[in-house]
Amino acid sequence: MKKEYIKPYIKRQSAGVMNKFGVTYNKGHREDIEGIPIGRFTDEFGSPVFVLSEKVIRERYRKIYSYFSSKYPKAKMSWSYKTNYLGAVCSILHQEGETAEVVSDFEYEKARSLGVPGNRIIYNGPYKPLDSLVTAFTDGAMVNLDNFDEIIKAEEAAKKVGKKVSVGIRVNMDTGVYPQWSRFGFPIENNGAFNAVKRISHSEHLHLEGIHCHIGTFMMDPNAYKEAVKKVVQLMRKIEHEFEITISYLDFGGGFPSNNKLKGTYLPPEVAVQPVENFIDAVADTLLDELAPDEYPDVYLETGRAIVDEAGWLISTVDAVKRLPDGTKSYIIDAGVNLLYTSAWYNYKVEIDRELHGAYENSILYGPLCMNIDVVAESAFLPPLPKGTRIILSPMGAYNVTQWMQFIRYRPAVAMIMEDGKLEQIRRAEKLEDITGPEFVPDKLRKFNL
Amino acid sequence: MMDRDKLSVLAISDSGFIFDPVTGHSYTANATGLKILELLKAGKEEDEIKSAIMDEFEASDDEVTVDIQDFVENLKKYFLV
Ligand SMILES: Cc1ncc(COP(=O)(O)O)c(C=O)c1O
Repeated sequence: MKKEYIKPYIKRQSAGVMNKFGVTYNKGHREDIEGIPIGRFTDEFGSPVFVLSEKVIRERYRKIYSYFSSKYPKAKMSWSYKTNYLGAVCSILHQEGETAEVVSDFEYEKARSLGVPGNRIIYNGPYKPLDSLVTAFTDGAMVNLDNFDEIIKAEEAAKKVGKKVSVGIRVNMDTGVYPQWSRFGFPIENNGAFNAVKRISHSEHLHLEGIHCHIGTFMMDPNAYKEAVKKVVQLMRKIEHEFEITISYLDFGGGFPSNNKLKGTYLPPEVAVQPVENFIDAVADTLLDELAPDEYPDVYLETGRAIVDEAGWLISTVDAVKRLPDGTKSYIIDAGVNLLYTSAWYNYKVEIDRELHGAYENSILYGPLCMNIDVVAESAFLPPLPKGTRIILSPMGAYNVTQWMQFIRYRPAVAMIMEDGKLEQIRRAEKLEDITGPEFVPDKLRKFNL
Repeated sequence: MMDRDKLSVLAISDSGFIFDPVTGHSYTANATGLKILELLKAGKEEDEIKSAIMDEFEASDDEVTVDIQDFVENLKKYFLV
């Protein structure tokens, strides 16, 4: 009998040098996701493959909504489509009771096509084509206006619809966080928001009903939400007082962090990221402090990544092992930054599908693109990986399957583990026709001899 | 050709502890690593090393080829060859 083969290693001993923090975030392997062996996903759908969990999406949503609604009586939530607009994902959240929050004509149409009634859609964003405003007003959607030109455009749309329509305004403000997201909406501080309201109050076609803000994404400090709530409530009071308008909804957008590891942070997210309850406390407690019970408006949250990020994984495969001239170990895997938009700001959790022996090294994971920027992980602490090892990257549920691009390769399948343990394909891998379908080659270009 | 002079001065213990009296650095290696190191020190070529490893351990030709190359790259990194 031959002995078991263990990959050779040699390592220089360095006395007294310890890892700066005792936590090795990447150490570990996982043989399954929710009981389904990693190999089954790749056998059925190929590699790479995105995996989402129905159970985790529902659990995350319920945790956030039940806490929010236990603290504020008129709590509402609207699903931020751009975070993940796969039909299956949106439908789960609509089943849970979330309305749709969209930021483009495409997202609006997608929500309608999934069966969301127009009056259950919040239409946000800095650019709303005239036609889409006409549709939204006809359907009775909640439309939050971003700028003065859009107020004028909304009047034009309302005229076409032939009735006075309700709108909200998006506002921005200083909440003590840097950078301030000042490019969206009307600034509260220099009276921009107040002037917008004044303009709307003179309009024959528009009627102001709500105030919307979204102060940033992956916010680390709940106090920013306290500031936002205070400032928005102050604005609401001032508006109601000056113009005899009743504001029926406030919308504080999204921005709660997920348990992902932002680049440049040293501590693991379990330590660095505050629990979502702290953010909800900041919103709800401040509302209750600032408002009298008879004036409670509907309050919306458009939480995106905090619901869905941790419900997703990407399984990819090691295709080649390379040692760089400077001695750094590197691997080429079959998923690159074309699929992993969020790799620009996250250090994902990296897990492998089996227990492997050998010396751990800080290794680089390169994607398959013929591009220097295609680095999926700059420093993953890994034992020597044989070709074919599956690498599981997470959290992966937010923004990747919307911001991925079709570049050089086909976009892969997305699978969902259903609550009953069944595995479903919720988006198939792309084929050539998906990409060439919309193209036309003019007749005179069709022939060539090589 | 790789320069094996530096290897000849290494003190290698069976437990995997390696000491370089020239630089004062010490290293640890696993059984497979030690085996390759001994064979390199004895002047064996990569093909011979590969067969020796495959005679002793359960492993495929491809895997061992890549691993030996990687191991040698690592030795270069430490200026041992
Ligand atoms: C208006 C609006 N609402 C909600 C969200 C969702 O944000 P998050 O995923 O940070 O919760 C975004 C994202 O940028 C947004 O722009």
